[in-house]
Amino acid sequence: MSFPWANHYEPKHPLMQWIDQRLPLPRFVYGAVGAGYPVPRNLNYWWNFGVLSGVALTIQLITGIVLAMHYASNGALAFDSVEHIMRDVNSGWLLRYAHANGASMFFIVVYIHIFRGLFFGSYKAPREMVWLLGLVIFLLMMATAFMGYVLPWGQMSFWGAKVITGLFGAIPLVGEPIQTWLLGGFAPDNAALNRFFSLHYLLPFVIAAVVILHIWALHIPGSSNPAGVEVKGPQDTLPFHPYYTAKDGFGLGVFLIAFALLLFFAPNALGHPDNYIPANPLSTPAHIVPEWYFWPFYAILRAFTVDIFGIPAKLLGVVAMFGSIILLFFLPWLDNSPVRSGHYRPLFKSFFVLLCIDVLILGYCGGAPAAEPYVMISQVAAAYYFAHFLIVLPMVARFEKPLPLPGSITEAVLAKNTIAA
Amino acid sequence: MATGEQAIDPHADASEDGVRRRDFINIAAVSFAGVGAASVLVPLVNQMNPSADVLAEASIEVDISAIAVGQAIKTIFRKQPLFVRHLTAKEIAAADAVNISELRDPETLAQRTKEGHKQWLITMGVCTHLGCVPLGAGEGEIKGAFGGYFCPCHGSTYDTAARIRKGPAPKNLLVPEYVFNSDTVIKVG
Ligand code: HEM
Ligand code: FES
Repeated sequence: MSFPWANHYEPKHPLMQWIDQRLPLPRFVYGAVGAGYPVPRNLNYWWNFGVLSGVALTIQLITGIVLAMHYASNGALAFDSVEHIMRDVNSGWLLRYAHANGASMFFIVVYIHIFRGLFFGSYKAPREMVWLLGLVIFLLMMATAFMGYVLPWGQMSFWGAKVITGLFGAIPLVGEPIQTWLLGGFAPDNAALNRFFSLHYLLPFVIAAVVILHIWALHIPGSSNPAGVEVKGPQDTLPFHPYYTAKDGFGLGVFLIAFALLLFFAPNALGHPDNYIPANPLSTPAHIVPEWYFWPFYAILRAFTVDIFGIPAKLLGVVAMFGSIILLFFLPWLDNSPVRSGHYRPLFKSFFVLLCIDVLILGYCGGAPAAEPYVMISQVAAAYYFAHFLIVLPMVARFEKPLPLPGSITEAVLAKNTIAA
Repeated sequence: MATGEQAIDPHADASEDGVRRRDFINIAAVSFAGVGAASVLVPLVNQMNPSADVLAEASIEVDISAIAVGQAIKTIFRKQPLFVRHLTAKEIAAADAVNISELRDPETLAQRTKEGHKQWLITMGVCTHLGCVPLGAGEGEIKGAFGGYFCPCHGSTYDTAARIRKGPAPKNLLVPEYVFNSDTVIKVG
């Protein structure tokens, strides 16, 4: 660990010394989550969501590997094999519901984790790489979840695969060959299902690898904190263990309760009943929508209904949808206010609230049918989304007068406690 | 090891233009490895393309004698839906009344049907937006504001010649290759 206040690993036990000299794994663990990772003392509960994302990934890995022992990735068998998991396999219903709802829980915590970063300016120097790697994880997660949703081979699976691969068909000239290449046919079929299963198995492990890079990059400058000022000395930090293992443990308990409520009392609430109808290439369900976690992006896709400057509406929608995520890769350079935390940026704070509302509206419209007034609302909301990052943030950084920053983390903590007392 | 290397003048074997024998070997070896790696990539990428059995889908024959005026059927051609529609005189008139210069994908009904069989509109049932099956061919399905087909996915609306009129789709519904074997049987593909 290279930040100046990190503790160095000095194993006492001869066995640990022996291992450490040959493979510095204990050192790695100590530096990542042990007392070797001193953490700012003022982290609030928004900082729980990184660990929770890791837990959610682990849950998906374990339940997924078990499901794969019973699942058959063949167009003729897939749907029935999922029903077999639900009805015949011992505890199969539990594992499948845990995996399907686990994906939703995963996205919930990751979205909160991302918005935490947006509010507290975690993407700013020197943590840009942490932010960029996080976005790579997010893209991989979306690809994984999309391909997972195709596996049960129900109506939503089939038409989701068709529509999402159709997005690539919008690329001028090479679009259609690319779509055919992705599917291995002219419509989703056995070839597509098999390759999606292969990749759905692979990508979560790629995600796990990028998570390691993400944490590695984080541990070079160390964690940021709600005050947004850097650590000045040992009085500003606490060892990760036991202080934050305990705080994360509490958060984990709350997460698991929420997960259990969803899993045991409303396991189909976030799913779509049409996916219990086997895939039928001849009939599109009347209302096709992706899973809820794609809704904001889906609304942006559908917001383009007319050609602009001779560019087909179809291409515009696709470019805007991918652009809405690619945009975030430039965020560290779009918002160049030196103040990190939104708590000390009054103007930024109001626009941040507006952005949250905007994304919720986009999400709502993305889940609604493709009809008015939703299309018009999506158009306005999509316009604001882009304006927020491309116009509002650079302007705010320029003209806003931030509140005075605390001298140190300890000062911020003490000031807060005296007010409360 | 270091001492041994220091004794050798690294430019000793340079030719007149300063290119060393070792540089040549280096470039040659790396390029060769590059060509090798690229040629391994070809089968890896190509295996993703449609396999022979998927491509080997033959043409189909459809008996259209039972389709009454105003009716349509859905059938399967190369694993994708095919619409065969028997247009009414009114639908033909509506399609012909359109000024084609105003269309996104300008085509007349005559160009989209076979000569002498203008009442038979035969198209793929694949929305040119993202590939959903538009409504309007089945009994009782909505046909949209232009009386042809309506795609429920993102609201593309097609007219009675299955031309795109409103919504995000860029093209008219595709007319596959087909011939009339007789007045009542068509061969598609
Ligand atoms: C990033 C982590 C993962 C995410 C977000 C994810 C997401 C999903 C989703 C949304 C489904 C559809 C659930 C349904 O509607 O039934 C699914 C199905 C499936 N996943 Fe995953 N998954 C992940 C990791 C894994 C892993 C590591 C495996 C191991 C092979 C796996 C194996 C499966 C199998 C076999 C199915 C089909 C059975 C079913 O539909 O329940 N998944 N996944
Ligand atoms: S697929 Fe038909 S409108 Fe999008």
